[in-house]
Amino acid sequence: MSAKILEKQQLSDNVFKLVLDAPKIAKKRKAGQFVVLRIHEQGERIPLTIADADPAKGMLTIIFQVVGKSTAHLSELNAGDSLLDLVGPMGQPTHIEKIGTVACVGGGVGVAPVYPITQAMKNIGNYVISIIGARSKDLIIMEDEMKAVSDEIIVTTDDGSYGYHGFVSQALEEKYLMTGNKKIDMVVAIGPVPMMRALCDVTKKYNVPTVVSLNSIMVDATGMCGACRVTVGGKTRFVCVDGPEFDGHQVDFKELIDRQRIYLDQEKQCYDHYCTCRQQGKGA
Amino acid sequence: MEMKERLKIPRQPMPEQDPQVRKRNFDEVPLGYTPEMAKTEALRCIQCKKPECVEGCPVEVDIPGFIALIAEGKFIEAAKKIKQTNALPAVCGRVCPQEVQCEVRCVRGKKAEPVAIGRLERFVADYERAAGEVSIPKIATKTGKKIAVVGSGPAGLTVAGDLVQLGHDVTIFEALHAAGGVLVYGIPEFRLPKAIVAAEVDYLKKLGVKIETSNVIGKVATVDELFAEGYDAVFLGTGAGLPSFMNIPGENLNGVYSANEYLTRSNLMKAYRFPEYDTPIVRGKNVAVIGGGNVAMDAARTAMRLGADHVYLVYRRSRQEMPARIEEIHHAEEEGIEFHLLTNPIRYIGNDKGWVKGIECLRMELGEPDDSGRRRPVPIKGSEFIKEVDTVVVAIGSGSNPLVQSTTPGLNTNKWNYIIADEETGQTSREGVFAGGDIVTGSATVILAMGAGRKAARAMHKYVMSK
Repeated sequence: MSAKILEKQQLSDNVFKLVLDAPKIAKKRKAGQFVVLRIHEQGERIPLTIADADPAKGMLTIIFQVVGKSTAHLSELNAGDSLLDLVGPMGQPTHIEKIGTVACVGGGVGVAPVYPITQAMKNIGNYVISIIGARSKDLIIMEDEMKAVSDEIIVTTDDGSYGYHGFVSQALEEKYLMTGNKKIDMVVAIGPVPMMRALCDVTKKYNVPTVVSLNSIMVDATGMCGACRVTVGGKTRFVCVDGPEFDGHQVDFKELIDRQRIYLDQEKQCYDHYCTCRQQGKGA
Repeated sequence: MEMKERLKIPRQPMPEQDPQVRKRNFDEVPLGYTPEMAKTEALRCIQCKKPECVEGCPVEVDIPGFIALIAEGKFIEAAKKIKQTNALPAVCGRVCPQEVQCEVRCVRGKKAEPVAIGRLERFVADYERAAGEVSIPKIATKTGKKIAVVGSGPAGLTVAGDLVQLGHDVTIFEALHAAGGVLVYGIPEFRLPKAIVAAEVDYLKKLGVKIETSNVIGKVATVDELFAEGYDAVFLGTGAGLPSFMNIPGENLNGVYSANEYLTRSNLMKAYRFPEYDTPIVRGKNVAVIGGGNVAMDAARTAMRLGADHVYLVYRRSRQEMPARIEEIHHAEEEGIEFHLLTNPIRYIGNDKGWVKGIECLRMELGEPDDSGRRRPVPIKGSEFIKEVDTVVVAIGSGSNPLVQSTTPGLNTNKWNYIIADEETGQTSREGVFAGGDIVTGSATVILAMGAGRKAARAMHKYVMSK
């Protein structure tokens, strides 16, 4: 089905928010699930986590970072434009239960998919500590939204331009795990793979169960192709249908990083071509 | 023409693209009969009183009937004749294994070669399409019954085509963005041009079938929700779309694909036209394809067309046991695919960046027959060897996708999670729910799925009309 863009907002230099008219998906989706979209006939299928939904209004929110041609093209669409295809909700929803204190950690654009999980964790009665981070102040997104669904919040920046100076993993360890300040029963972490890996290294040391959400390369996202396979606890799993969330202490992050780089050259070629065409005013 | 002379006509060969040229392009390999060739070939049919070929056809096409019309030069009428029982003749003429169905039973095959039924079917379907005279059969009066068809592969398209002609309101739900199932994501352009699939799908739309692409049943709606929305019956034709791997070391290295992924990228997403199309694919120089079925042949021939220097087809049994059609094996060999038979991979070797650089194999020999009746391949001790490759495609079969079964309470499945359905009616353990095609039988052929769809459509018609 196609989906009309109702609203568009730029959240930071290269992070955008789109609100889509997608009543069927908005009604069904649960925290942790994602959609796959295609912009035009020659386009690729790209998976994006659902950041929010309003089932009553039939609206679905996605937030994405421009990382290549497809996301660049997506960022140039405006309210009133339509996506050629939108399919979802895909993947398993987050397992939401009341377990005590939950730390919800988001890095970069990963704050967007962490938001609906944080909201659900809070709504079911957990004490929620949020830690959100980015390279610098102007790349921090959704601080107010996260604040509204958290009992405590720490904002970190790698360069120290805002909040805690350091990585989210360092903040979690220094402020909570090391001090025993507040016993954390579970951590949910979403962000760049190196961030999730570093965070899992820390929580493993303190034996805190940690769930991560993986953004592997996908094609169909229905379990048909296996592009997204990842090794978890020595077994091959498909991120699209078995995930996207897994026990972070069991994930083979080295393999995941390698697999995310499969098409690096082609992605660059495609993006450069797109940028050149745009400069020459030819479209792409 | 006298019968005696007709019996002297040799089977008309199919004109084909030269192997050295076609191995580097994605255009269709067989070029199709000319009207003259078709008429000549049609004269070879002796119009048996009890045509055995029809019994060999899962959808019972009136084969002597349409061939007689070709002999008279009535090509459009011949197409209409086929369409009485087969909604997808251009597809079937290309991908049906006629050599084990209709043609194997042709009496002409006993002393000479069988009539080229598949090539004639293809000819009239193409002729009709090119002439732009695609005829729309009469649709029965509206029944007011709503039918949901899950999956737009061969089974689903057949069910939809049959039921819409009986006057029902039919909607197909397809998970991908294009209709056709395996016909669009699996079978390559050079064997089945996608424009032909699109034309056949378009024909169904003209008949009144509604197609909702990008709708994953089991996710956006369950089978029970379809009933709640007012559908009177549901057909499940979700196929066998889960890729199998061998679970050997190194299978997750970069450059190791499932056949499903490799072919979906190339066929559905048109990665062979990257960067005109956005979806990339690895263009390997030394490619190993694991398996001996039609999908393995498709993957190997795709790898060659993507520019490989060497494509090795690695199969653990011998040529006799290969499940692929003889024609496909022959085409692959003509295009320079190197067969490594009685060979089985045991691990993939990677470089420090996680890319596959080699494949370690064992030589095999044939032992006693196994459950399938084929001689079991047994490893030869100490026969390990390593071959350098930069791409691997694993084409060893596929399993059932659990999305619908896991969200439909009361739907019985077997131990491989295929849906249990009556062979004659497609009836499942749930009232009003029918199933057919690969999701019931496991991986089989396009025409068998269509045959199952045909039977299910009859039963579904009976079911909704008696409600």
